[in-house]
Parts: sequence; structure tokens; C-alpha cells
Amino acid sequence: MTKGRSDYVRPVDFKHGRVDMTHGGGGRAMAQLIEELFARAFSNEWLAQGNDNALFTVPAGRMVMATDSHVVSPLEFPGGDIGCLAVHGTINDVAMAGARPLYLAAGFILEEGFPLATLKRIVESMAAASREAGVPVITGDTKVVEQGKGDGLFITTTGIGVVPPGVEISGDRARAGDCILVSGTIGDHGVAIMSLRENLTFETTIRSDTAALHGLVAAMVDAVPTIRCLRDPTRGGLGTTLNEFARQSGVGMLIHESKIPVRAEVNAACEFLGLDPLYVANEGKLIAICPPEDADRLLGAMRTHPLGAGAAIIGEVVADAHGFVQMETSFGGRRVVDWLTGEQLPRIC
Amino acid sequence: MKYIEEFRDGDLARRIATRIRAEARPERSYNLMEFCGGHTHAISRYGIKDLLPGNVNMIHGPGCPVCVLPIGRIDNAIELATSHSAIVCTYADTMRVPASNGLSLMKAKARGADIRMVYSATDALRIAQDNPAREVVFFAIGFETTTPPTAIIIRQAQALGLTNFTVFCNHVLTPAAITHILESPEVRELGIVPLDGFIGPAHVSTVIGSQPYEYFAEEYQRPVVIAGFEPLDVMQAILMLVRQLNEGRAEVENEFTRAVTREGNEKAKSLVADVFELRRSFEWRGLGEVPYSALRIKETYAAFDAERRFGIAYRSVADNKACECGAILRGVKKPTDCKVFGTVCTPENPIGSCMVSSEGACAAHYTYGRFKDIEVRAA
Repeated sequence: MTKGRSDYVRPVDFKHGRVDMTHGGGGRAMAQLIEELFARAFSNEWLAQGNDNALFTVPAGRMVMATDSHVVSPLEFPGGDIGCLAVHGTINDVAMAGARPLYLAAGFILEEGFPLATLKRIVESMAAASREAGVPVITGDTKVVEQGKGDGLFITTTGIGVVPPGVEISGDRARAGDCILVSGTIGDHGVAIMSLRENLTFETTIRSDTAALHGLVAAMVDAVPTIRCLRDPTRGGLGTTLNEFARQSGVGMLIHESKIPVRAEVNAACEFLGLDPLYVANEGKLIAICPPEDADRLLGAMRTHPLGAGAAIIGEVVADAHGFVQMETSFGGRRVVDWLTGEQLPRIC
Repeated sequence: MKYIEEFRDGDLARRIATRIRAEARPERSYNLMEFCGGHTHAISRYGIKDLLPGNVNMIHGPGCPVCVLPIGRIDNAIELATSHSAIVCTYADTMRVPASNGLSLMKAKARGADIRMVYSATDALRIAQDNPAREVVFFAIGFETTTPPTAIIIRQAQALGLTNFTVFCNHVLTPAAITHILESPEVRELGIVPLDGFIGPAHVSTVIGSQPYEYFAEEYQRPVVIAGFEPLDVMQAILMLVRQLNEGRAEVENEFTRAVTREGNEKAKSLVADVFELRRSFEWRGLGEVPYSALRIKETYAAFDAERRFGIAYRSVADNKACECGAILRGVKKPTDCKVFGTVCTPENPIGSCMVSSEGACAAHYTYGRFKDIEVRAA
């Protein structure tokens, strides 16, 4: 009698295989995909327990929680991919409360037919981003939808973090006289994505700025605990974020076009695409508002961090019951920086 | 940015502004119409009005291609996508222009119509090649600038022997619109619209040249200065118009010499002449029926004419009663004269076409300039 190799399981074919409905069916194929891909890539003590949840001790104090769904197209772009973007995006949302991010959860929606090789590449990039940031993905979920009902891969991540005592950061705390700072050049991510869009391909050296900003935030909060507002200007860009702050705080804003850092390549791309860099997405930049007397100290702290090397003070908060964000143009006139109408770019983060 | 920043230099702008203030005579006013939406946009975006003296008034003209498209034509395009199940391709802003029954191309798309936004006319041609089993219609709009690309794809479609591709032609002509404004009773008889001179089109003139405007300058005694779309171009053109008016001249001058010649682009003009012919009359939003103001596809290219292929019947539809787009496009009213401006009519929910495109007078003022209507306190 020949001895059957009952313990042998053919490994998932990450070279030529594709996602099929069984990968979300709850059976052996799904368990195998989770084990050989997700658990291996994210590898940590919580995932190793194999539960549908992750158990951890809650630290004392105040916690923040944020969630972000990622539907970017194309999935891979110069400077990053949907995987690292999903890690950075949620870490940043948590960090913008001045918090130290602790853990992430990730939900994957896969479309039937999606190449497993691409999935592996993206998951590994995501795991690398999470390791680099020191924020583990401790629980997750995978679903498969039929072909035509998804767009390859959607990732939702949720994160939690803890806010240091004394830090009070919120979009409604801007006061007239406060200074507005940006951590670096704007519009890099959106233009990198646009350069790959169908019908629109153009050659560029611009890379997405996708990055986890919690280290920069920690340095900022450390130097200036009185920071009033923080936000990463993702979809809708700088213009939208400032309008959000203005509305939440019941104030106006006045920014100076000549002080806003924009790469020449981004300006050029926006010029021929008919876009305004003020509304183009960023994934590794933040806007900070602080009392005027702390602005120089905050700027100094930002500039000593690699992710804030290009930081600048770009304007000030003004009293304005109508909540207008105005800009002094480099030309010498003044104009409104309004809410974006419709959308400048479809699906960029 | 090379070739861009030179034309946005704030110091130079202030120097030109100083010249305008020095040369504009306080005892008179200078009422200048910028024909193009591109100029309207530059004026609002760069805050050019802030740099001008009070007696130099800018009047927005009808040169925004999306704004002058009448409701009936949008209705036709929606019918092509719904009743004829065609893939309708068009340029971005056209998607949001209000049509009948609360629809727009974008809303029709959300209801299942296959309407696609393209960045270039050739994209529409490619969609037709990729979808041989479907009818593909390019909803062509715009002034003389966008007409040559449409001519090219019609010729390419013929060369490729495509049988599923047609063009719904809505191309309109700048000189006819200027004549119409100058002939309007508001300008000619009633004097409601004081119109002393024109900032002539930028991109349109690269195609048709500066020669077609000589007639207006001569016949109507109004100076025309052709200007580029950069803010310094506009400032310089205003200075040149002020000088012409001060000296009692009514000539065509060309500020945009880096791109415009007297003759224009002969190749583009001959392409257009090969494919298109004049329509006897065409309805413009705001201006009504304007004789010989638009193009249609010639009999030779009838196979690529959506109007012939689908037997499109045009029905004129009146604008919303509260909407003042008509008067605004003729320069009779300002956006803020309209009751629904900024209240019912906003860029998110446009009632009229001027609120749709960023080149529209209402959208430009709402987006960039409306704080000027309201007092804002400094910190």
C-alpha cells in the first residue's frame, strides 16, 4: 500500500493564479489564502492566534479611532500602491488628533479574476509600510465579489491610537490671528496618479508623497503642545481642508499664493490638465494651525523632521462670519479659495 | 515654470496697473468686453479687477462654449444616449449643463445612460473602434478652437471606414456672436450696454487669425485687442485699449503675437472648410437665434453626421424664468443682478449655464470673487 501524502497541500499559485469565488467562501481556499498571504505578510502575535478578533490591553487616557476606505485607480502608481496607501491613510487620520497610532484592522474586497501576483505584491507592500510605521495590522477580513462588481481590489483600514495628556487638537479650534502651516509641497500624489490615468498618460518624474505622518506629528506635538488643528489634505487638497477648518471653527482664512510650496513639475502638470494644485490630493502632507506666538517654534520642529523639511507658514486665520478662505494671488489680487465643485479627479485615494 | 510664470509676474502687473491708472482719464469711463470665458476666468482667478481703477469696467462676453449651448441641444444629446442607446462622448463641463426635466448629461449617466467624458476628440474615435457593436456619438461643442480637432476625427473615421461613429456638431462661430452683440438694441439703440472696446479671443484667434475682427473695428468703430489668457496678457490688452480710446483709434491690435498672426492657421482653416459648412441659423443660449453663427457637417461627410443618422429634431426650450444667463451673456446684467445667483443657483446645483463652467461669468464670480459683495473684516 502506497503511503498517501495526506499532509500535502498544494500552495497557492501566486505566479499565475487568480482570485476566484472560493477565496471568499469561508472554506479551505480562503483559509489557505489568509494563511499563506495575509498572516505571513503581516505576521504578528494577534494574527497568529487565528481568531476573528484581536485582543489587546487598553492604555489609560483618551483614544482615537479612524477608518478609511481605499479605492484608488490605478492600484500601483509612482511612489506607492493601494497597500501602503491604506496603511498611511489611516495612521495619518489617527495621528491628526495628535495621537500615537497603536493598531490597524484591514478589510479586503477582492474582485473575482484579480491576479494573485498583484495581490501578493500589494499585501507585502502594505505589510512593509505597517512594519516601518511600527503599527501592526492585528485583525482583518477578506471578501470576494463577482467579476464586474468590484474594481480589482478595495481596502478598508481602521486604526486606533492614544492621545497624550494635554493635547487638544480639533478642526473647530482655529481662532483669528492663528498661523497656518503646511508640511511640504502640495499636489504630488494627485498628479502622480493622474499621470497614469487612461486617456491621459504623460511622462513625469513626480512620485506620490504617500507616507505615515505620526512621527512628524509626535515631534510637532512635543515642541508645541498648543497646536489647535491638524489635518492631512487628502482628497480635495489644501483648499478643501482649509474650508473644512473655516466652517468647523467659524472663522475665515487668508493664505498667500507665493508662500505655498508647489513643485514646478506639479504646477506644469496642473497647468495643462486644467487643475488647480490647491485642490489636488496629498497623502503625506499635513496642515497645522497654531497660535501666532508658537508658529516659528512649530515651523522649526517640522523642518527638522524629514517629512516636514519643506514646511512653510502660508497664511493666517481671520475673523469672518462667512467663513471664506481667501488667497492673495502672486499677481497681487485677492480671490476666494472655494469648496471644490464636483470633483477634480475621480478616485485618487 | 518656463513660458508660464513670465506671464504671471506680480511686479510687472503692478507696473502695468500704474500705467493704466496714469493714462485712464478720470472724466470718462472705459467699458471693455472680454469676449472669451478664458479671459473671464483669468480676471477672476488672479483678482485683476483689484488692480484696475474704478472707471475701467470689465463686461463679460458670451465666449464660454458651454454657457451658450441651448437646453434643446443638451436634450438632443441625452436622447441619443437614452432613446438610441448610443455611447455619447463629450468634454467635461458639458456634463453638468442643466437640460429639461431636471436632467443633465451627468444625471442621465447616473440613470444608466452611457455618457463618457473625454479629454480629446480622438478619445471618442478610439471608443468607437473599441466598441464596434455600439453607436458612438461625439457631442462636439466649442468655438473655432475645438472645431479643427472635430474635423480631423471625422476625416479619420472616414479613412478607417468606421460605420458606428458620428458627430453631433454644435460648433459655433465667434465673429457672428460679436456682430450679434454689436447689433443688439441694448448696445445700438438703447445704450443700456456701454461698450467701448473688446479684448479679442486668444485661442480662437490662433485659428482664425486677427483679420476677421478688422470689420468690427472699422464698421462699428470699436477697438479690438487680441490677448492671451495669462493675466499679464489681459492687463497689457486693457492698457492698449485705454490708449486706443484715448487717441480716438478703433483698430485691431494684437497683444498675443506669440501665437496669433493676421491670417491664422491656414491648415486648420482648410480642414474646417473641407468638413463643415455654415448653418443658416443656430440658437445660442442668451442670444437666441443668430444667423450664420454655427457649423454643420457637409453632405460629403453625411455618414458621420449624427443629426442625419438619427434624424435629430431640434426643439427650442426656454430657460428657467428666474435665470438671467441670457442678459448676462449679452453683457446687459452682472451675475449679482440675478436673483438666484448664489442662492438657488450655485456651481453644485446650477440653474443656468453661466454657473456651470469655470469660464462662465457666474461661476467665476461665485468661485473667486463673491467675497467682494460682502464685507469681510480683517483679523
